[in-house]
Amino acid sequence: MSLLIRNGRVVDPANAVDAVQDVLIADGKIARIGRSLAAPADVEVVDASGKIVCPGFIDMHVHLREPGYEYKETVATGTRAAAAGGFTAVCCMANTNPVNDNGAVTDYIRAKAKVEGAVRVYPIGAVTRGLRGEELAELAELAEAGCVAFSDDGKCVMNAGLYRRAMEYTLPFGAPLISHAEDATLSRGASMNEGVVSTETGLPGQPAAAEDVMVARDLLLAELTGAHVHIAHVSTAGAVRLIRDAKARGVRATAEVTPHHLVLTEEAVRSWDPNTKMVPPLRTKRDVEALIEALADGTVDCVATDHAPHALSEKEGEFDQAAFGIVGLETAVALLLDRLVRPGLLPLATLIARWSRDPARLLNLPGGTLGAGAAADVTILDPDAETTVTPSRFQSRSRNTPFGGWNLRGGPWMTLVEGKIVRRS
Amino acid sequence: MSWTRKDLLAMRELEAGEIVLLVDTAASLQEIATRDIKKVPALRGKTVVNLFYESSTRTRTSFEIAGKWLSADVINFSASGSSTSKGESFVDTAKNIAAMSPDVVVVRHSSAGAAALLARELPCSIVNAGDGAHEHPTQALLDLLTIREKKGHFEGLHVAIVGDIAHSRVARSNIHGMRKLGMTVTVAGPPTLIPPFVQELGAKVSYRLEDAIGDVDVIMMLRLQQERMTAGLIPSVREYSRYWGLTLDKLARHARPDVLIMHPGPVNRGVELSPEVADGPYSVILDQVSRGVAVRMGVLLLLAGRKGGDGG
Repeated sequence: MSLLIRNGRVVDPANAVDAVQDVLIADGKIARIGRSLAAPADVEVVDASGKIVCPGFIDMHVHLREPGYEYKETVATGTRAAAAGGFTAVCCMANTNPVNDNGAVTDYIRAKAKVEGAVRVYPIGAVTRGLRGEELAELAELAEAGCVAFSDDGKCVMNAGLYRRAMEYTLPFGAPLISHAEDATLSRGASMNEGVVSTETGLPGQPAAAEDVMVARDLLLAELTGAHVHIAHVSTAGAVRLIRDAKARGVRATAEVTPHHLVLTEEAVRSWDPNTKMVPPLRTKRDVEALIEALADGTVDCVATDHAPHALSEKEGEFDQAAFGIVGLETAVALLLDRLVRPGLLPLATLIARWSRDPARLLNLPGGTLGAGAAADVTILDPDAETTVTPSRFQSRSRNTPFGGWNLRGGPWMTLVEGKIVRRS
Repeated sequence: MSWTRKDLLAMRELEAGEIVLLVDTAASLQEIATRDIKKVPALRGKTVVNLFYESSTRTRTSFEIAGKWLSADVINFSASGSSTSKGESFVDTAKNIAAMSPDVVVVRHSSAGAAALLARELPCSIVNAGDGAHEHPTQALLDLLTIREKKGHFEGLHVAIVGDIAHSRVARSNIHGMRKLGMTVTVAGPPTLIPPFVQELGAKVSYRLEDAIGDVDVIMMLRLQQERMTAGLIPSVREYSRYWGLTLDKLARHARPDVLIMHPGPVNRGVELSPEVADGPYSVILDQVSRGVAVRMGVLLLLAGRKGGDGG
């Protein structure tokens, strides 16, 4: 079975390609890229005129909630949401129940993904047992079972000595530690960013320094140990400055930013909508500007959604009692095409690189390239698609988004995993 | 100016004219308290529900008396603890109450934004009787009514609000209300109890009680909650009282002779106010409480009377 994607604008940063080309897929792999390729017999032809053909997008930070919180999301619904959003692979965090802190849980997630997953699923293992921050999880077994990184995401490993040992212990595995950088003593009780909006609303805030001090700690520990640390969901100008400085000194540091931290500020909290509540919190305009600049110049390596599904009952009541986090898989691509690329804040090719080539490289994943022989994971974008975000039509089991009703131009058009079309709009 | 809003949620969203209308309405209702028969038929046939998720004797009683003097049927609904941990959610409880067709729901809740949430969910009028550290508009209105009675006007007055500004909905409502009426507001307290960027709300900041009370018309002392110590915000009640407690001696040495002393209550005697100050000639604390009933009558009257064809 083969597939020919005709006349699309192929943007493949890993191979420095940006041209109208045909892409021929055979046996689940990229067979050839070139102009006016001959169509073999029995080929399915996709007319991608006016569309943008990219390496499959990888979202390296999602919460699939399974096992344990299937009422929020499952591997099946979460990966369908990923496919609908233009992603061909997701990395799922360990804060399930039971926690993914041992090989059996990793095996379970991978088995589920193999049977029910619409896209590739790469589990991330816990750093500490039960995410309690007290003793190391069985990291070697997690790595062997297929975890591509380690993180207690959702919680910060507050014990610097333990985190240092985790960095050292995982050195042989070639999988980074992903740091949820949040000093819990500075963020305790907080519902939002500490600033003028928290002062006016009376909602307890956490300062940017709650993130910055922990980013600084983890960069120093990475320098000490030689480990690769990846800073999750960077949200502050201060963290950007620290990461830029560490990279310049040769520290093995990488970082991600979420779409919501790129397009919203703390001002959104004035609506009292619990869907503006997440960790780290929405920050200030100055932070947003620093994040966009950092994404453009490569200080921040990739975009990740931190897709965090919650049931309506957990997100509709009092702001300070609502759960943290929002879904992101089905809005991310359209949001950034509309809000960053269209106004000229970020080149299209850079956004594509940050969502394909760069996460693949930093996690040593296959994919991120349309080079001949690579797995045919392909995301095709329609730059002209006009959509209104409609949460009731999400593939995700949850609807907790602050973007409902937003009109966006540009979005995912077709998603292929291993040469198979898993979603077409 | 006439009242057009469905709800009273926050001083921040009111215009100066609306604040004056509320204060004037309250002032006109004050004489009811002096009558032998303290009842007028203005809200006969109207139902007011007091939905209190936080314990409050003073504010709830004040709303209850206000409603009853206006002949409304007043129902008190108290719920303690966090709504989500006890089964029925806050929104569900409120929707159930709304299904019984009240005209006004007065809500007190520990979560900032709770009143706004109800206002969005329910068709009836909502009065915010305190939501977390956000706002407490009827407290600010009764403070303003008291100040105008004693000082004769608003414009140009200078008020010092002293104590735990960070956690105070009273401070926030008063800062907004007073600024809109042309008053100057200085907030004072140890820096750990002053919220960041409070200057952007239009308040000045002082970290010394003696400076803050020096040249003001009104000193508003706030209650110190005991839990601020366990949170590491102040070292001890003793130290707080020594540096931030208002005593006759400090008043005599630093304040104007005609200064008003206010407190939203309940007073921690000997902590933020010495008993001599609380009961002394400068104190208008009990005036505030009686003006509170008038303010709440005014608020209920304007909200419940907003729709045409009411009995009032």
